[in-house]
Amino acid sequence: MARKVTTQNKVISTVAAWLVGFLIFFPILWMVLASFKTELEAFAIPPSFLFFHWTTENYATVQERSDYLHHALNSIIIAGGSTLIAMLIAIPAAWSMAFSPTKRTKDILLWMLSTKMMPPVGVLVPIYLIFRNFGLLDTRTGLVFILCLGNLPIVVWMLFTYFKEIPKDILEAARMDGATIGRELVYVLTPMAIPGLASTLLLNLILAWNEAFWTLNLSTLEAAPLTVFIASYSSPEGLFWAKLSAASTLAIAPILVLGWFSQRQLVRGLTFGAVK
Amino acid sequence: MGQITLQGVQKSFGPVHIIKGADLDIADGSFVVFVGPSGCGKTTLLRLIAGLEDVTGGAILIDGRNVVDVPPAKRGLSMVFQSYALYPHMSVRGNIAFGLKMAGLPKDEINRKVEGAAATLNLTPYLDRKPRELSGGQRQRVAIGRAIVREPKAFLFDEPLSNLDAALRVQMRLEVTRLQKQLGTTAIYVTHDQVEAMTMADKIVVLNAGKIEQYGSPLELYEKPANLFVAGFIGSPKMNFVTGEPAKQHGATTIGVRPEHFKVERDGQGWQGTVAVAEHLGSDTFLYVDAGSLGTLTARYVGELDLHPGDRVSLTPEPSRIYRFDDSGQSIHA
Repeated sequence: MARKVTTQNKVISTVAAWLVGFLIFFPILWMVLASFKTELEAFAIPPSFLFFHWTTENYATVQERSDYLHHALNSIIIAGGSTLIAMLIAIPAAWSMAFSPTKRTKDILLWMLSTKMMPPVGVLVPIYLIFRNFGLLDTRTGLVFILCLGNLPIVVWMLFTYFKEIPKDILEAARMDGATIGRELVYVLTPMAIPGLASTLLLNLILAWNEAFWTLNLSTLEAAPLTVFIASYSSPEGLFWAKLSAASTLAIAPILVLGWFSQRQLVRGLTFGAVK
Repeated sequence: MGQITLQGVQKSFGPVHIIKGADLDIADGSFVVFVGPSGCGKTTLLRLIAGLEDVTGGAILIDGRNVVDVPPAKRGLSMVFQSYALYPHMSVRGNIAFGLKMAGLPKDEINRKVEGAAATLNLTPYLDRKPRELSGGQRQRVAIGRAIVREPKAFLFDEPLSNLDAALRVQMRLEVTRLQKQLGTTAIYVTHDQVEAMTMADKIVVLNAGKIEQYGSPLELYEKPANLFVAGFIGSPKMNFVTGEPAKQHGATTIGVRPEHFKVERDGQGWQGTVAVAEHLGSDTFLYVDAGSLGTLTARYVGELDLHPGDRVSLTPEPSRIYRFDDSGQSIHA
């Protein structure tokens, strides 16, 4: 029996959905609002929601005190670089595991995922020493390297599930139609895999952009991305809520915009194959 | 030309023997159907001919040339898949043209051929649509279009109609048969549906557990089944098998009587039984009769017969239509 959807139920569930959505969004909204307050108002209890003295001086101070563009550029290089290298390694790996699996393929995939189950702090000391000895501390190369390795298991895993969804029949049809392996790749496989490639790329970009553990521990200034830039405002000098909020707003703005424009692609990617 | 010969073709996956030595001669231009229960190896045999699987032993000859080491693209065959396997990102035109494009034909020739194929299959209005915008029957037609446009030596069909609803299946069955006769191209068609096999084939290959049980025209298989398996598989409803005393009277271990070869009477001298289920279709009446030691017998009566569960009935086999089988299940011919 189909469930009846009454108008009343619809109204209740719509209101509830908006409420939950608002609750989730609230901290971000609060942060953006706080960035326009004075330090005093940012701490005020009870807090004022909209009726405060709007100011942009926090942004000015933040820009004065630290070089936003320098950190933003580092973030772009580190997130972009690590994602590209991870994709270049993961595509052929996932490809071969999806289309010519062996008895051990499942084991390899599980092993790769298992490396993500270990808390990164467990290997902080050895990694730190390796970085120090190879002169990689506070270098973009070092951060690209570590983030790439850190995200590689997830990238391979995601691409593997995508490629698995491509029906073998279609590849065989191409073979019957006289396509060589190279042409099969270019004309049939790649166009079909593009949604999967795109959402893997986006997700990995976001993960790398937001990664804070390694970037905070392995960089100080030269190679420091936006995560370090934010953290520098919750400093020993004391908490500066308004400035911290301004810095955070600046840091998340690019990835928020990217996420906003690609949300359909992302949702499709993450639920791909869940429903036939 | 499209003459295909199999010589002792074998296929094993590890220790499992899927095809245990198949010999077959398929004449140019004929329509051959591989039929058998699921898991009998019919699809594997088709894929071996296509080149999508490698043979473990034996030879496959296309027009006299052994092709076991030739990749599928170079065998000059085309295939229609059960899942249609259309390229989802290409239009109907792109799908049909793909093989020609791979062969490197000039653009205007490709267009001419694609439009010709589309016209044959009534696909002209849909040429610029994507596969997801088509119905099941139309997708099936695109898959067939993709196969015919290349003018192959032979078509390979892998249960192409099994995803269609019953009415469409009957219609497509006719279309495929008509198209094949019109083009005169050899066709190998895999199905588990013996009605499809009987209606479409020039010759049927009955497969069971990786072995060819019999190869012959539909009526040969119906009238002279080689063994118990073929006798039971071909014909619907299934042939009745009776062992024991009645079989001995005919000098056989088992005798078989098709449901349509019984004389059905209320009172008669035949095998006595009680109606368990009666199916009244108007044109036919199917009776499932509990005949004691003979087991449950199925009988078909042409027209309407007013019999109901619990009624007594007498079934008399037509003497000339009794099939006899020996100890090993092989047919005994008089």
